Amino acid sequence: MAILLNKNTKVVVQGITGHQGLFHTKAMREFGTKIVAGVTPGKEGELVDGIPVYDTVKKAVVEKGANSSIIFVPAPFTKDAIIEAIDAGIKLVIIITEHVPFHDMVEVLQYSKIHNTRIIGPNCPGIVAPGISKIGIMPNSIFRKGNVGVLSRSGTLTYEIVNAITESGMGISTAIGLGGDPVIGMTFIDGLSLFQDDVETEAVVLVGEIGGTAEEEAAEFIEKNIDKPVVAYIAGRSAPPGKRMGHAGAIISRGRGTADSKVKAFENAGVKVAHLPQDLPELLHKAMKQ
Amino acid sequence: MVKLLEYEGKDFFKKYGIPVPSGYVVKSVNEIQPINFAMVIKAQVLTGGRGKRGGILKVSNLPEARKALDKISTINFDGHYAKQYLVESAVNVVKELYISITLDRSKRLPILMASTEGGMEIENVPDEKILKYYINPFIGVSLYIKRELAKELKIDKKMVGTLYAIVDGLWNIFKNEDAELVEINPLGVTEETLVAMDAKVVIEDDALFRHKNIEKVDETFDELEAKAREKSIAFVKLDGNIGVIANGAGLTMATLDTLTLWGGKPGVFLDLGGTDDPAKVTEAFELMCDAEPNVVFVNIFGGVTRCDTVATGLVNAIKNIKPKFPIVARIRGFHEVEGRDILKKAGISSFLDMKEAAKNVVDMVGGGA
Repeated sequence: MAILLNKNTKVVVQGITGHQGLFHTKAMREFGTKIVAGVTPGKEGELVDGIPVYDTVKKAVVEKGANSSIIFVPAPFTKDAIIEAIDAGIKLVIIITEHVPFHDMVEVLQYSKIHNTRIIGPNCPGIVAPGISKIGIMPNSIFRKGNVGVLSRSGTLTYEIVNAITESGMGISTAIGLGGDPVIGMTFIDGLSLFQDDVETEAVVLVGEIGGTAEEEAAEFIEKNIDKPVVAYIAGRSAPPGKRMGHAGAIISRGRGTADSKVKAFENAGVKVAHLPQDLPELLHKAMKQ
Repeated sequence: MVKLLEYEGKDFFKKYGIPVPSGYVVKSVNEIQPINFAMVIKAQVLTGGRGKRGGILKVSNLPEARKALDKISTINFDGHYAKQYLVESAVNVVKELYISITLDRSKRLPILMASTEGGMEIENVPDEKILKYYINPFIGVSLYIKRELAKELKIDKKMVGTLYAIVDGLWNIFKNEDAELVEINPLGVTEETLVAMDAKVVIEDDALFRHKNIEKVDETFDELEAKAREKSIAFVKLDGNIGVIANGAGLTMATLDTLTLWGGKPGVFLDLGGTDDPAKVTEAFELMCDAEPNVVFVNIFGGVTRCDTVATGLVNAIKNIKPKFPIVARIRGFHEVEGRDILKKAGISSFLDMKEAAKNVVDMVGGGA
């Protein structure tokens, strides 16, 4: 078991013929993901690594039974690609694309609610369940199957932390990169409630960063609803206010979104916060023993 | 984000049916037209607190206006001087209100905020004095919300129609122009009508492809940050002396945090992002050199970005530039052995452990002194 992914996860890659699409389709396959089709309008009939390319998502659903999608299309066309996936009946959409206008995401998220489609991202590294499937761009080699769930607003920092967990002898049930944008689909709270019900997951790692209030909201939710051990790391403790630290969402503005406020919120909810990413495995060990 | 100057925001207001005082923009005293009634001269700068710093002056004739403009032109607004001035009719206001539409990140919806406490920064208005409405993007601002606003803001009956037009205008600007923020503060209430005294409009960067007419101006005024932006490299200038190059925003932040924890002072945040092109790494390193750090810490966790790609780009850059500062590298992840080999041949030793590497960097600059 894992969350959101299972042996029946059949993926369509939107934007499969682009540079990134090609590269990661191959890597996902090597991880064991069932990629059933690709979509690039105007390229129907082509094959990528033996995978059929269609003009529409609908065809990928009808002909190949696709139920999940990963989106690599350029930002100006991302909204349309997501709507197309939702309309075709896809229930899990992962958006890798960066720089999607937030107005587009606001609309898409309202639309996805009506159709009960789960959106992860944009500007995210995707989701990985070792031994089951991967829909995303995280490096394959760092993962080992285990009992730790990971939810993160970051990309590379997630790899760093997953790698540290793996090297410490533990493993991952499911890891999800939620994305670094101000408006994202899946949140810490969504992920936490799924992990709470997942028998395989024994503890959860949250990787947050400055900006917004997602961590504070997660802390409140944990206090009320989560009895599995949770540990956290917050990036940007040394970041000055008013500066966008790489991610569009990573900014302390008008006194909100500081690392201090997040660390405090977590600690008040009984969530231990690591000072350094490399300290997480030890915190995790301790939390799981208790 | 693209912050618009007041007059640019007011141009949008006019286009979208929001009443503004009559006025025009000048660049110098010679462009000021004869003045028959009270006017204000307003510095067109993005810095907050213009009024308090003397950037807005009331005048009643031409000589006064010229004098005022001259005076305003000498004001230093955080290292920046006004290049344009708005010459506007003075408005006799009875009351000042506040109204804005922006994004609420946690609700992931637009939020309309209004208050009877206009004229001061909304952050300083107590929460119970702020009216808040979440707006569904497909529905817009419903009539009942506008009705409620009119009531709560105690708008005179004869001005209710104007208020509705202002709210509709704000929403249409927010949506059609891809704004992050549209704010009227203060919204002046006169004896006869409502009028937008100021305009704050911020357009989202990522949506500029839909708005070719909006010029992307740099709000930081930092030359290197502007240069980096042109090259799509995330680069932030900080106060310290340690340059940090890492891949991914989260990892770069974590690297800064680690150095700070050891007593170091980061001076540059440079996020390479995901790249498979050594030339981009070379470019990034050149940019770093321009910032003249005392030491550079390269912290890479290879995934999509391969360690050997970064190493190659780095070595190429060093060959040309011959930097005066030492470089410390920490390389992990995809193709790490190859990456470390390439660096070693160029005389750069690399660490495996991030903590240890960071400590080494801080020691080199003597605790960030």
